[in-house]
Amino acid sequence: MSKATLDRGVQILKEHIDAPTAAYFSSCVNCGMCADACLFYTETGDPAYTPINKLEPMRRLWEQEYTLVGRIKKLIGLSKPVTDEELGEWSDLVYHACSMCGRCSMVCPVGNDISYMIRNIREGISAAGYAPEGLIGATTRAVEIGSPMGITMHALNTQARNIKESSGLEIPFDREGVDYLVLLSSMEVINFPEYLEAIARIFKQAGKSWTISSEAFEATNSGIQIGVSDIARELVSRVVEAAEKLKVKTVVSPECGHAYTAIRWDGPNLMGRRFSFKVKHIIEVLDELREEGLLKVEGIEESCMTFHDPCQLVRKGGVIEQPRNLLKMIATNFVEMEDSGKMNWCCGAGGGVSAIEEAEGIRLKAFNRKKSQLEHLQVDTLVTACSNCRIQLEEGLEVNEMDIPVVGLTEMLADHLVEE
Amino acid sequence: MNSAEFLLWVRGPGLNIAMVIFIIGMLIRLLEIFMLGRKQNLAELRGNGISAGLRTIFTRSTPADKNSMRRSMFTFVAGYGFHIGLFVVIFLLMPHIQLIQSLLGFGWPALPTPVVDLFTVIALISLMALLWRRLTHPVVRYLSTPQDYLVWAATFLPLLTGYMSYHHLWFPYSWLLGMHILSVEFLLILFPFTKLTHAFTLFISRWYTGMMAGEKGVAS
Ligand code: SF4
Ligand code: SF4
Repeated sequence: MSKATLDRGVQILKEHIDAPTAAYFSSCVNCGMCADACLFYTETGDPAYTPINKLEPMRRLWEQEYTLVGRIKKLIGLSKPVTDEELGEWSDLVYHACSMCGRCSMVCPVGNDISYMIRNIREGISAAGYAPEGLIGATTRAVEIGSPMGITMHALNTQARNIKESSGLEIPFDREGVDYLVLLSSMEVINFPEYLEAIARIFKQAGKSWTISSEAFEATNSGIQIGVSDIARELVSRVVEAAEKLKVKTVVSPECGHAYTAIRWDGPNLMGRRFSFKVKHIIEVLDELREEGLLKVEGIEESCMTFHDPCQLVRKGGVIEQPRNLLKMIATNFVEMEDSGKMNWCCGAGGGVSAIEEAEGIRLKAFNRKKSQLEHLQVDTLVTACSNCRIQLEEGLEVNEMDIPVVGLTEMLADHLVEE
Repeated sequence: MNSAEFLLWVRGPGLNIAMVIFIIGMLIRLLEIFMLGRKQNLAELRGNGISAGLRTIFTRSTPADKNSMRRSMFTFVAGYGFHIGLFVVIFLLMPHIQLIQSLLGFGWPALPTPVVDLFTVIALISLMALLWRRLTHPVVRYLSTPQDYLVWAATFLPLLTGYMSYHHLWFPYSWLLGMHILSVEFLLILFPFTKLTHAFTLFISRWYTGMMAGEKGVAS
């Protein structure tokens, strides 16, 4: 990465203005409807958090550089140039107050994909040197240690050994030619070690071969969240190289929404080539096993349950029916949240927000959206399929003194496997 | 200049100048957009982007879902009222169809003028409601720039002068008609250089968004 300066930031921003962006800026009529779709606005009432406003510096740059009138205005000194302070100020809007959940992009009447542009404006703001500390730290650890939370292979080995001791299940490392290369998110390794055991049990029962690569086990991509494509590419390439070296058919993204987006959709574009393997979210894999009759479960959860759709799975990933198919195998009392599926509300912590310490206040405010959805429903259990969502949900519920356990779908299924 | 000369000018040279600026300006705008290009998507697709893009061009004219509609009810009602009213007035009023016929060589049946008059009133009231919202709603006021008010006025004037001409209000008819045509010319000249372009570019936006989402298997 070359030195962060305003010039570089502006240069990078310019490089990220493409035809869709120009169409979007040309079309916006400042109607304000995107605000009604964004939890950072609805829960704070602050008009600065209106999604399209988060792009204002980029909009002006587009106008000044890529439109006739804008260029004339710039020539005769009538336009307001993008300044260093402004990019610094906007850092808060695009990193703290946006989880790149994509909800605004679903409602804009002229059809603007606002979150697509937020992903791009982050590139410019980080190049100008205004990425938040928390994300810089996470990104540095990801590059240097291999995981944004600083998890090392050593920690993972210990976990594998513990699983072996307690359940007798082998966690396979670096096996060639297997069905699945399993990735993990550090969040999972630290907070939800049950996940690893769960997939070990499920794949064993289904008779599928799998492995973890000791060279690339981390699925999340801080490079994407902070908006530095070079780093994002480097992180993705580790996974791609491992998958190719081990000749696996499918790479499995863990219960993490943004990790899935990073590898499944951004990955090939960052690398500039198509992958020779498939990329699937664990929930997609489990639903395939279900379809093939390889997922045998018993027992029914009777408590009233609902499912929190991770934004990156539904709106950005098209994984909508799969978790429901799976839940219905083991839950009789499943209720949908209001706005469930592709219009579900974000938990408030996605897109890197959870890694930014200074964003804690707004993150917990944003959670109020989920809180009122849940108050409305009165469920006993909240199921989800993203460990980042899960941590935010747990924290939000605790802060609001709501006693609802949050469960990962994969673990819940593993608990219902037919014992052999 | 008397009213006859004025009318002659706005109908002749005035209209020609406005049309040329409008057409060339819009072509430049569209070129400016498409010349920026976009990167090919290399990810394995889950769905057909083309059909999804075409679909979104239409579906974005309706609310995403019931709750989104409820949340933005005011904008929806006033927005529909204005756009439908404007559409009817532009394309279904007899004198407008006659003008189109003289330019393009073909036309279509008109609605009875009193019906179009009603739609004019709907459009005018909706526009005033939208202006009121722009001035009072915290978000919309925050977002609004001088240009938003300029294009509001540029859209309001042709409707107002058209309404006044039809009802022969306050001024001699020929002056009113002249003012009406002049205000349309003003609108046409502003069009390519302001967010009025959305009337065309929104189809491009919806297309890209619908396509990109469709490739991921999401109906956007
Ligand atoms: S909803 Fe779309 S058109 Fe309306 S202000 Fe937001 S981006 Fe602009
Ligand atoms: S992507 Fe989500 S959080 Fe970001 S502006 Fe849009 S609605 Fe708000």
